[in-house]
This record gives sequence, structure tokens and C-alpha cells, in this order.
Amino acid sequence: MKKKTGAQILIESLLKENVEVVFGLPGGQALPIFDAMYGSKLNFILIRHEQAASHMADGYARSMGRPGVCIVTSGPGATNIVTGLASAYMDSVPMVAISGQVATSVIGQDAFQEADTIGITRPVTKHNFLVKDVKDLARTIKEAFYIATTGRPGPVLVDIPIDVQREVCEFVYPDKVEIRSYKPNYNGHIGQIKKAAELINKSKHPVFYIGMGVVVSNAEDEILELSKKANIPVTNTLLAVGAYPCDINLSLGMLGMHGTYCANKAMQSADIIIAVGARFDDRCTGKVCDFARNAKIIHVDIDPTAISKTVDVDIPIVGDAKTVLKEMIGLVDKKGRKDWIKTVDLWKKEHPLSYKRNDDKLHPQYVIEKISELTKGEAIITTEVGQHQMWSAQYYKAKHSRLFLSSGGLGTMGFGYPAAIGAKFGNPNKEVIAVAGDGSFQMNMQEMAVAVLNKIDVKVVILNNQYLGNVRQWQEMFYGKRYSHSCLAKRKECPKWCSTPNRHSCPVYVPDFVKWAQSYGVLGIRVTKKKDVELALKKMLETKGSVVIDMWVEIEENVFPMVPSGASLDEMIIRANG
Amino acid sequence: MRHMISVLVENKSGVLARISALFAARGFNIASLSVSETEDVAISRMTIVVKGNESILEQVTKQLNKLVDVIKVNDFNDVEYIARELALIKINIANKASRDEIIRLVGVFKAKIIDISQDSVIVEISGNESKLSAFMKVALAYGVKETCKTGASVLYRGNSGRVK
Repeated sequence: MKKKTGAQILIESLLKENVEVVFGLPGGQALPIFDAMYGSKLNFILIRHEQAASHMADGYARSMGRPGVCIVTSGPGATNIVTGLASAYMDSVPMVAISGQVATSVIGQDAFQEADTIGITRPVTKHNFLVKDVKDLARTIKEAFYIATTGRPGPVLVDIPIDVQREVCEFVYPDKVEIRSYKPNYNGHIGQIKKAAELINKSKHPVFYIGMGVVVSNAEDEILELSKKANIPVTNTLLAVGAYPCDINLSLGMLGMHGTYCANKAMQSADIIIAVGARFDDRCTGKVCDFARNAKIIHVDIDPTAISKTVDVDIPIVGDAKTVLKEMIGLVDKKGRKDWIKTVDLWKKEHPLSYKRNDDKLHPQYVIEKISELTKGEAIITTEVGQHQMWSAQYYKAKHSRLFLSSGGLGTMGFGYPAAIGAKFGNPNKEVIAVAGDGSFQMNMQEMAVAVLNKIDVKVVILNNQYLGNVRQWQEMFYGKRYSHSCLAKRKECPKWCSTPNRHSCPVYVPDFVKWAQSYGVLGIRVTKKKDVELALKKMLETKGSVVIDMWVEIEENVFPMVPSGASLDEMIIRANG
Repeated sequence: MRHMISVLVENKSGVLARISALFAARGFNIASLSVSETEDVAISRMTIVVKGNESILEQVTKQLNKLVDVIKVNDFNDVEYIARELALIKINIANKASRDEIIRLVGVFKAKIIDISQDSVIVEISGNESKLSAFMKVALAYGVKETCKTGASVLYRGNSGRVK
């Protein structure tokens, strides 16, 4: 058999894994890998900043349910993807990252562009590997994909020293993986499932609380069937937006800090909470000791460490959401639960999501509602992190899972735009819109070059309020309106401290996003009035290629409802001024 | 509360770092740690003694199980086990009388003197934690120059570890 270099083995292994697209940037210690790519079938996309490569791989993975892949060089290349790995790790996104490394003979000698990549990425990956022998490479790649995509998915990094990339050996790609110390458990314990079903059958006020695990295991149909059969209302986390149809009366919408009134009310009034693939994140539970005080908790999760981590669980079921729910459907009784549904409906009507729909100011929520309407909730929406993210989660009515992509756990600004590009690579026929804040967008907007050069048609809607809006909201509500370093328009000549922003008197905002877009040959549109929003969005959707809309929205708009940090879900502030 | 955890892991570089990082990330201080190859050279056994409350410890056990390189985790809570530690203790000798006393004590504790110099002796003692600390208390009365102690080596009795 003809021998191959480590670099060739890597490329062929990726092709064997049916990798459609790889994002990254070359560098000294990865040159043999890039040389092996020359003339190969691998679809490699050259990015502008490695952080974006990791978010593109992430966006691809979230939208497709397949692992995203990125390749970077040693040292700074590897450290630049740490944020992307951490984001993917928090949100259980399957990813395989390959990094170049200095030669094995000089590891530890502070060589040029050397960093302890394994040490640095250990806490932010599901697992990582340093390959010291070319003979281990093919098996390691196979294991990396296996670990990334099974059990609770997550990012896996493979660090490959340059000498290993150059060394040769025979290439045999293993058919299957056997890791004795890694055996994820998919089947829930039947005894526990029966106990859970009994508890559900006896309950009067049950609530489903569903998270990313439902998306990962494609358990949407099972949740729908079970909830309809037993008339159990369903609330979703940020990452599960779209996993449950929002036009069904059982849908409560998102819960938590910026969740709906009815979702939080239902959680606090429930006698049983059935958590499926959700991890009782602090943004969902509020103050833990006051969380769902009267509820018994059933928790279905494939990750045992998620169980009883923050909230004590009465019936834990370790297993895959889909598999467990399938078992459960037959055991749960058909029930009307009319009183409970009626109560929930009342809460919905009492305080639906609202903003000043009838005034003629440009409210950011209006923009999202219009996007939702014009795309019929069928577009992939990605977000950055902050107010626009919450408004998108509240007002975008995603038709199904994997249409709303957002960095939930880590809350990574700079995620959304590259994630949108990654998603578009996987979904060339879907509309992909990056909703961004003006702050977040500036963290990775350099990737527009990638979109333009590769004819990747990603639309950008910037909800520009000239602030780090979420920070400003907290400063307004909890720090006496002391807007400390949250204004993005502030110049040297401004007063040192200012809490009275005003579009007319504030300095000119930079960058001019319209001209900036034009410099890439991309259509830029500025919208400053509510009446122009719809037309601009239509123009954006009709236009082939990238478009950037700079929406000058109300500066001091706040996200409501809101559960203040550290407060219980009962202490929700429903709207401004009470 | 004191807990002993035995962890069977793949005998690879970096595994100890993964495990110690897991404890450090949760603010756990490891009281003692012993690592060695087992009868199968591809597998190492780590015996870790930690202090902490039940719920945090349960989390740590689960987190250990979650690590890809961890094959098996045993918490020795609720099982019958045998634990041994080994200590080397360098004790001052003020005069001949105190030296004779130390030699007698070493006999009582079934310890061993493994080195004698002009002004000190080195005692080797093995046993469970309470035996070692009892001897240490006695030794302190004579003046202890230096000590070196291993972590615990623990196995459960018979098949009791499998019951639980």
C-alpha cells in the first residue's frame, strides 16, 4: 500500500467523514496540511479571523445537525478559536477543530507560535487530542468525530505537530470506533420512565420545559404528540426556539429572564415540571431556591452531570430525549386538563409580549415582527448577544428547530454573523438573516469578505441603538442610569459622563454601515423611520447577494418582561414603569 | 466529609491534568492523590482523597465519569474497603534515651527504622490514616524534622464494591 503523509491522511479522513466544508486560515505550523489541500476535493473556506472560523463551523453544525469543522495554525491560530470552542461546548454543538502545532521535538521550548493548545482548550472542549505519532492520526480523527457527535455533543480538538503532518504511514480509515471508556447511554431506565409517567398521570398542572437536547435528538414530534395527548403546556429555552410550534395553544414561548409572563407563571405554578434536554440554567430558573417551589421535577437528559446540578431532581432519567419520550408516550394517559389550560390561556391574554405597536417610532421589536412575517418564520435567523437577541427570540416565530441560532450559554458577541455564513454554506437554498446589534456586529464584521468572495448570500439587519444595549438597560435599571462605557457613539469631545443620549445631538456614528457595506460591493440601506422598515426588508429579501440594513431603532428601548438577576421568576417586571 | 474515590483511567499523558483540573475548576482541594499503573499497563489507578459535602461530591463523581479517558469511578462511601498509606518520618534524637524510646515506639506501631544518623532517625510506617496520625502525634513530641507521605492506596474487600 502506498504510504501517505499525516497531512494527506488528515484531508482524506475528513473526506471519509463526508465533511462538506471546512473553515480556517493557514499558518506556519499547518503548512503541510494546506499543501495537501492543494488540488484536493476538500471545500476549504479562507476566513479573516480564526474566531469567526470556529463560529462558522458552529453555525453550520447548529443549522445542519452535523459536525462543523475548522482548521487553524498553532499558537495564535489556536488561541483565537477558544471563544468558538467554549460557545459550542456550552451549547452542546458538535464540532471538530484541527490545530497545527510545533514539532514534537521542540514542544515545551517556547518555540515560535507555540502555545499549550491542549492545556488551554481542555476546559472548553468535550475532549482533545495531541497526536504524537502519525500512525495514530486516522483513528484519532475517527474518534474525534465520534465523540463530537454522540452522547451530549460538543467540540473536540485535535492538535497535530508539524512533524506528524510530514511523517508517512499507510492510510487505513477505521470503519468503527471502540472507546472502552466512552459509552454514552441512550436508553432511559424503564422503571424511571414508568415512575415519571405515573407522576404525570396524577398531576393537575404539568409543564414541559424543553431545551437544546430536544433539538439534538430530533424529539420535536414526540414532544408535540405527548403534549397534545396529555394537554401539557410547553415552554422552551433560548436554544429550543422553534422546537415547539408557537401557533399551538399549548405553546408558552420562552421562559426565564426575558421569557413570557405565561411561561414563568406556569413554571412557578406547576405541580410537575418535565424537563427534557434542558439544564436549569440560571437564566431560566431565576433564584434557584424560589424556583418552582411546589413542583416535582422529572429530568430527561443524556448527560448525567446535568441532573441535580443546580436544581434537585425527583425523577432523573438519563437517556436520549427521543428514545425516552417514545417509551413515555404509551404510558402517559390522554387527559383534558381543561382548568389548567384555561388558566394558562388567561395568563397569555393578561400579559402577552408587547411594545408600543401604535406609535410611529422605530421600535426594534417591530423590525423582528416584520422579518418574521415576511419570511413566514422559514428563514434561518442568527443573532449576536444582547437586546436584539432577546427581541429576536421573543418575536421571531420560527417554524421549526434549527432556524434560530444563538449563543446561549456563553453569550458570545461576535457569534451571529459568522454563524450565519456557516449556516448558509450548509443551507444554500434557505434565506439566512443575521440579526445583530451595532456593538456585536463590529466584533466579527470583517467576515463580510468571506461572504462576498464566496457568493454567500447572507442578509444583515443591524438594530442600531448606538449602545451596548443590554449593558445600557442594566445600567438604567440597576445602576441609576450611569451609562458607563456602554455608548458606542461617544467621542473625545463628549462630556466625560453622559446619560442623555439623543440622535440629534450625539456625534456622528461610526462606522457608517452603509458606506462600509458598499466598500465590499454590497448593498447597504439605512432605515431611520418605521414607515420605511417593511420596504427595506422586502428590498433586502429580493436582492441577490449580501445586504446590510442599518436600522436606527429607539435608543433607550428595553427588553421586557424581565426577571432581574438574582430574583425569582415571581418577581418579573412586565413592562417599563411597572 | 472525607471521601475516597478510586478512578481507573487510560494510562496516557495528560490524564492526570484533566482530572486535577476538574477538581480545581470546582474549588476542590485534593487531600491526597496516588497514581500508579495497574496490573494492565494500559490502565492507571488514581486514588483521590477529598473533603466536601455529598452533593458536590456527587457532581464530581459524575463529572469524572464524563471524562473520555476515565474508565470507571468508585466512591468508597458505603463499601467495605482496605486503605493503606505510607509515611517516612525523620525524627530528632536528642540523646541515647530518646533514641531507645523511639526504637520501642517503632516496635509498638509495627513500623521500621530505615536510617539512623547522629541526630536523627527515619521511620517508615504504613497503615490506615488513623494509625499514621497516631504515630505522628507521638513523634512530634520528639521533634519531627521532615515527613513525606504517600496518598492512600485503596481496594474494596472481596466483591463489596460491586454491590452498592
